[in-house]
Amino acid sequence: MQPTNVSDPKYYHRVVDCQWACPAHTNVPEYIRLIAQGRYTESYLLNRETNVFPGILGRTCDRPCEPACRRSRVEGKPVAICRLKRVAADHKDEVQAMLPAVPAKKNGKRVALIGAGPSSLTVANDLMPLGYEVSLFEKHERAGGLMRVNIPSFRLPESVLDEEVGYILNMGVDARFGTPVESMRRLLTEGFDAVFVGSGAPKGKELDVPGRWDAPSQIHIGIEWLANVHFGHVESIGKRVLIIGVGNTAMDCCRTSRRLGGTDIKVVARRSRPYFKASPWELEDAEEEGVQIVENHAPKRFVTENGVLVAMEFERLEWTTDASGKQRSSVIETVAIPADAVILAIGQENAFPWIERDIGIDFDQQGMPKVDRGTMQSSRPGVFFGGDAAWGPENIIWAVAHGHEAAISIHNHCQGIPVEDRPPQGMTLASSKMGMHAWSYSNDYSPAARTSMTHAELSTRFSTLSVEVELGFDAEQTAREVERCLNCDIQTHFTANLCIECDACVDVCPVNCLTITANGDEVDLRTRLSAPAENLTQALYASAELPQTSRIMVKDEDLCLHCGLCAERCPTAAWDMRRFDLLQPYAGRPAGSARSLPLAAVSA
Amino acid sequence: MTSIAKPPVRHPGLQKNALGLTRRDYEGAMSTLCAGCGHDSVTSALITAFWEMDIPPHRAAKMSGIGCSSKTTAYFMRQSHGFNAVHGRMPSVATGANAANRSLTYVGISGDGDSLSIGLGQLCHAIRRGLRLLYVLENNGVYGLTKGQFSASADVGSTAKRGEPNLQPPIDPVLLALSLGATFVARSFSGDKDELIPILKAGLAHNGFALVDVISPCVSFNDHEGSTKSYRYTREHAEEVAPVDFIPLRREITAQSAEGTAMSVTMHDGSTVRFRRVKEGYDPTDRDAAYAYVRHAQERGEIATGLLYLDERGFEMHASNRTVSTPLVDVPFASLCPGRAALDELMEEFR
Repeated sequence: MQPTNVSDPKYYHRVVDCQWACPAHTNVPEYIRLIAQGRYTESYLLNRETNVFPGILGRTCDRPCEPACRRSRVEGKPVAICRLKRVAADHKDEVQAMLPAVPAKKNGKRVALIGAGPSSLTVANDLMPLGYEVSLFEKHERAGGLMRVNIPSFRLPESVLDEEVGYILNMGVDARFGTPVESMRRLLTEGFDAVFVGSGAPKGKELDVPGRWDAPSQIHIGIEWLANVHFGHVESIGKRVLIIGVGNTAMDCCRTSRRLGGTDIKVVARRSRPYFKASPWELEDAEEEGVQIVENHAPKRFVTENGVLVAMEFERLEWTTDASGKQRSSVIETVAIPADAVILAIGQENAFPWIERDIGIDFDQQGMPKVDRGTMQSSRPGVFFGGDAAWGPENIIWAVAHGHEAAISIHNHCQGIPVEDRPPQGMTLASSKMGMHAWSYSNDYSPAARTSMTHAELSTRFSTLSVEVELGFDAEQTAREVERCLNCDIQTHFTANLCIECDACVDVCPVNCLTITANGDEVDLRTRLSAPAENLTQALYASAELPQTSRIMVKDEDLCLHCGLCAERCPTAAWDMRRFDLLQPYAGRPAGSARSLPLAAVSA
Repeated sequence: MTSIAKPPVRHPGLQKNALGLTRRDYEGAMSTLCAGCGHDSVTSALITAFWEMDIPPHRAAKMSGIGCSSKTTAYFMRQSHGFNAVHGRMPSVATGANAANRSLTYVGISGDGDSLSIGLGQLCHAIRRGLRLLYVLENNGVYGLTKGQFSASADVGSTAKRGEPNLQPPIDPVLLALSLGATFVARSFSGDKDELIPILKAGLAHNGFALVDVISPCVSFNDHEGSTKSYRYTREHAEEVAPVDFIPLRREITAQSAEGTAMSVTMHDGSTVRFRRVKEGYDPTDRDAAYAYVRHAQERGEIATGLLYLDERGFEMHASNRTVSTPLVDVPFASLCPGRAALDELMEEFR
């Protein structure tokens, strides 16, 4: 292998599994350390830098970071990253004064944002401090998009949403509520320098089986129904409720039904549990509330009697894998499940009836806009897409990531720089050695199990729709959970020419990450390390030739605990534990330029 | 964290030996030696050797005296028996232990100070006695625990950390053991586990006293330019004369593994020591030739390493004393100490 180039930010970034998996690349280990130190405000601000909505995401994020967490490969479940984020948001001081300042003198460029969801708000958050004049068009009366109308308030309290959306609107965004954009052509004539479409995927998918239109008042589309609940148009539902589909929207629907009078609630899925789209924790929360999950049932028809829905018929399926490895179903029997209401939660679609097809914005055969993955730009220069509007339903954190990228593009576009010119990432790498056996992070391994979230009592939960179910971590829970983090951003940094090949690091490593051996290609090296390196998703580090024997140091990054024992036992400091900080560029702010947010924040 | 502890988690892919134990089950307390000490590598090699030999930790005894090296028995096989004896007196205590319980596997860890100065007489007589013990002499040429004075193994002309040269000729434990009739004499280097581990395993299988002199650099006091026992000097001057592989009894010798083998020797217990190669003209079964070779290598400034001399028959204390095959600890008290009448009868024989 060629010596690993650790000066490329990508190498060490990839070692920080959580940060690598996060679309917005939130610096998770650092914010967890700040929480451990009780520095909630700093932790919140560090979070906000990348993910803009720490309080909201600390409750609702789909957490791509957690399945990626190295901790789960080492021992037990992943660190409760998401809920720790909420701790920072819950306990922070007043932050308004520490948010980016917006200049009074504008730069003369005007940007239109369509839809007031997370992606548009992120664009506004990034562009307002640069002096842009931003107009936000929203069909509803308040901002938040899906976060407001589709996520039930028992998961996301309105106050949290209002606060974090408010930080952005208060920057002086020209918010035009109750103003749906009905014609893109007309909007484009209004002289905006750039237009960003963040209108989401607002259309629930239809289930066209016999009987669908026989009792329309009892059959609902999930996201529409949730919005109606939010606006108070729906206040009750029948006793026996069937939810068709088993994604996260289905989870919100079944739990909301439980609070509106449903007592016998079943979520019906075509496949078996391993194939469910809903996050495991959302399934658990629903089951805790008495929701029943029915597997391997495909909807066949609605059964109505005298115009009243009484049941739904399903085909019970058996799934088998054929020779080519493809899953095939066969029908075992037809069963009817009684129901007073059915909610369809089988997916969402984009809908752009308001974008004329002859104005240079190209769409594909599925009706989706053609958008560049890197620049978020459509086929019409100056028109950008992000969030669910770009490539269909994702989740909030993806929308935020899209928003940051789109803001860079819009800034480039307005400043006459090609949108393809993406500012590079940077990094800092600083030793965390403080003295003998002393490192500037908690390197002691905690064998504690993942802390589970405390939930409100079932009885209080169902009294009002808005009673928040998750109570957040208390001080003890927080203190325990932060110690489970392995601090993957504290990198094991090796300087080959200092090594005397004494083997101390190889001998002490608790998880056999290290090997000094003759060089070879990666496939070969992976077979002759101290422990087999079978996880191909994790990199091998290879050093330059060692001075005494010309062998090389190889490290399998897979299970490294970042405990620092290699550096601790190294007589020449060839190994050092160095804190890696990924520097990300934002619109008008190249990576490595001074942060606009004071990190050592002291509230006045 | 102000003190260091090794996290209990381990790699899930760790191999298990015939006892179902991983290498980590053979570990001991965290080392408090200087970072980079050769002794820690020797400890690690011992862990591997015992693990690969499937020796149950509770059926082994770790014997040591005083010194940096003698501390290391705490750093492996925490479930084993152990005795930390007076300075230089480990061979006597080991003799007593072995006399009482011949069924344990004994490993003695000593250093150049413990063995070649204060304990030289003890070492000599343990060799003569044929004490069945793997005697690991962690040799760094200095008294590390007292801050780096020359030890009895320091070469003439090698310098202390502050520059003054050593004038007194060294005692070479390999030559000493050869001259005293040892049946297993080896030298290796802490920085070369490929060579060291098979030697340790062969030594554990040997029927008698097995001396392994391990050059084990002292990073704090003897890893400098003028040292002849530094990592760099040893790497530059070591001459692998007779590296071996060790094949336990139950494992078949495959044609492939035997390929290129210079010679194979079947040990007392049926296991095989395979010389991977031997220096041309070198015969590890000829005591006088081995002595001469090691001596000449020394004159050339080279360090001969490998299993330098092996008499596979061994020479063992219990055999020469014709003790019972049952370990004395397992002999019922009534027969072990048959009482006054039996004693009188015995005494009568000598009248």
